[in-house]
Amino acid sequence: MTQYEAVIGLEVHVELKTKTKIFCSCSTEFGKAPNSHVCPVCLGLPGVLPVLNKKVVEFGIRTGLALHADINRRNKFDRKNYYYPDLSKNFQTSQFDQPICEHGALTIDLENGEKKVIGITRAHMEEDAGKLVHNGNTISVSSGSLVDYNRVGVPLLEIVSEPDMRSAEEAKAYVDELKKIIQYIDVSDCKMEEGSLRVDANVSVRPIGQIDFGTRTETKNMNSFKALQRAIDYEIARQIETIESGGTIVQETRTWDDERGMTLSMRSKEEAHDYRYFPEPDLAPIVISEEWIEEVRRQLPELPQSRRSRLVLEDGLSLYDATVITDTLAMADFYDRVRMGIDDAKSIANLLMGDLSKSLNELGSSVDESNIDPAHVIELIRLMYDGTISGKIAKQVIPEMLKTGDMPKKIVEEKGLVQMSDEGALEAIVLSVLQENPQSVEDYKNGKDKAVGFLVGQVMKATKGKANPGLVNKLLKEKLSLN
Amino acid sequence: MSISKKDVEHVALLARLALTEEEKVLYTEELNAVLGFMDTLNQLDTSEIEPTTHVLDIKNVFRDDEVAPSMDPSQVVINAPAKKGNQFRVPKIM
Repeated sequence: MTQYEAVIGLEVHVELKTKTKIFCSCSTEFGKAPNSHVCPVCLGLPGVLPVLNKKVVEFGIRTGLALHADINRRNKFDRKNYYYPDLSKNFQTSQFDQPICEHGALTIDLENGEKKVIGITRAHMEEDAGKLVHNGNTISVSSGSLVDYNRVGVPLLEIVSEPDMRSAEEAKAYVDELKKIIQYIDVSDCKMEEGSLRVDANVSVRPIGQIDFGTRTETKNMNSFKALQRAIDYEIARQIETIESGGTIVQETRTWDDERGMTLSMRSKEEAHDYRYFPEPDLAPIVISEEWIEEVRRQLPELPQSRRSRLVLEDGLSLYDATVITDTLAMADFYDRVRMGIDDAKSIANLLMGDLSKSLNELGSSVDESNIDPAHVIELIRLMYDGTISGKIAKQVIPEMLKTGDMPKKIVEEKGLVQMSDEGALEAIVLSVLQENPQSVEDYKNGKDKAVGFLVGQVMKATKGKANPGLVNKLLKEKLSLN
Repeated sequence: MSISKKDVEHVALLARLALTEEEKVLYTEELNAVLGFMDTLNQLDTSEIEPTTHVLDIKNVFRDDEVAPSMDPSQVVINAPAKKGNQFRVPKIM
C-alpha cells in the first residue's frame, strides 16, 4: 500500500490592536451597533481619500522583526478586485507584489523534543471586510443578507507560511507559536474564537518520496485550535481516500463544518480568483528607514523561543515547565523578576504554575491584572524557606494576598498563620493526640505504618494546620518508638 | 499580445457587464487598439527606470492612530436601495 505524507501551508490573519482603522479615523471597537463605526472612506464613496495609519506600519515592522523576516524598505498597497458585498468598493486594499515583510521563519518544538523551522513566505498589511448576516428563516427574506460595515478597514496582517508542515500537530504547533509571538509583541489579541486570529489551511497529500506537490485545497472557517487540527486531519484522510479510490483532487476552497466534523466544497467559480491586482493610486508608497527599523527593534521583548531555551538551559527547568511559564509575556516577566530575588527556579516555577495559577484562574484574572507584585511571591517563598510557614499555609496565604494585595508576612501575622515550630508546645499536643487515639497506636505497633499518617493529620487538625509537618513527624515517631 | 472575444467575455463577467454580441465584437477591436498603443510604449527601453507606483513623487503619507467621530448610522444607509434598520440589505450572492 502506498504511504502518503501531507503538505500543509497556513495563511494566518491577525487583527491589529490599533485604536483606529487602517485608512480612516473610525474606531476599531468590537461589538458596536451596526454601521456605527463607518465613514465615507469605509464605504468607498466617490472622492474619498484613504490615509494610512502609521501604527499599522509600525506593527508590520515589529511582526516582521519578530519573525526574522526582511522588511521591504519600499512597499506599497494594491487593489484586489472582487465582487462581494462585504466590501462596498468591490476591491480590498491589500499588498500584492511588494508586501511589508518577506522571507521569515519561526521555530516550533515538536513532541519528540526536536525543533523544526517553518519558513514564512510573507506578511502583508490589508483591510478587513464587513460582516454579512445571511437570513434564511423566512422565504421573504431568505433571498438576501444584511450588511454591517463596522469591521471594514480594521487593520489586518496576513502571515503566509511556506508549505513546510507535515501534520495537523505541526500546524497546531506553528499557530500556537505564532500566536504567542504576536501576543508577546503586543500587536494583536489573537482571539481565535472572536475572529481576531483566523487561519486558512492549504493541504495536499503526496506519496512519500515524491518531490512534486499534490493538488491542494484551501480550508477556511476553523474557529479553534481543536477545529484546526480536526479539519486538517479530515482533509488529509479525505484526499488519501479520494486518490486511493481512483479519484482526483480538485483545487478548491472548502469550509470546515464543526458540527458535522467534515470539510465541504464551497464550489466557488474558478473565475472568482481573477483578482486583477493593480497599484492603489490613492495611497502613497511606503519607504521605511533604517532608523525606524532600529527604533522598533529596540522595543522588542525577548521572544518565547529564546525564553524557553534560557529557562531550560540556565535555570534547569523542564521544557514543559518552561513552556507553561513562558506562555504569556506577563507570566514570563513575573517569573524573571521573582527569580532575581530567589535562587531556586524549580520552587518558583512550582508555585507560579501550581497554587498561584490556580488562584488566579479562580478569580478569572492574570498575573499582570492582579493585586500582587513579584515582591509578594519573593516574600512568600522566603517565609517558607525560614520555616515561618509551611507549603500548606502558603496555599491559604495566596488567595488572601490576591484578594487584598497585602504582603504575605502581614497576612500570616494578622491571621495567626505562623507555623508552630515550638518543640515543647508541639510535644504536648502530640502526647494528647496519642492518648486520645489508642487504637492507632496499637495499629502502629502491629506494623501498620499508615497509622502515622492518621496521627499527623490529628495533630494538624488540633493546630489548625499550623504545626510544622516535619517536626510533627519526628516527634510522633520518637513517642511511638518509646511506647 | 492581442485580446480575443473570449477575453472580453471573461472581463465582462468579472465586471458584471451584460454585453450584446455586437458590443463584444466592438470591444474586442477597441481593446486591441488600446493594447496596440501599449506595444508602442513598450518599445522604449525602461530597464534603468524604477517602476512608477504613484503619479506624484510622494511617500509616507501617514495619520496618527487617533479616533475621530464616525457617521450617524442612519446617514450611512441613506442612499441604500434596500435596508433594514441601519443595515444594508443585499440580494443573495452565492
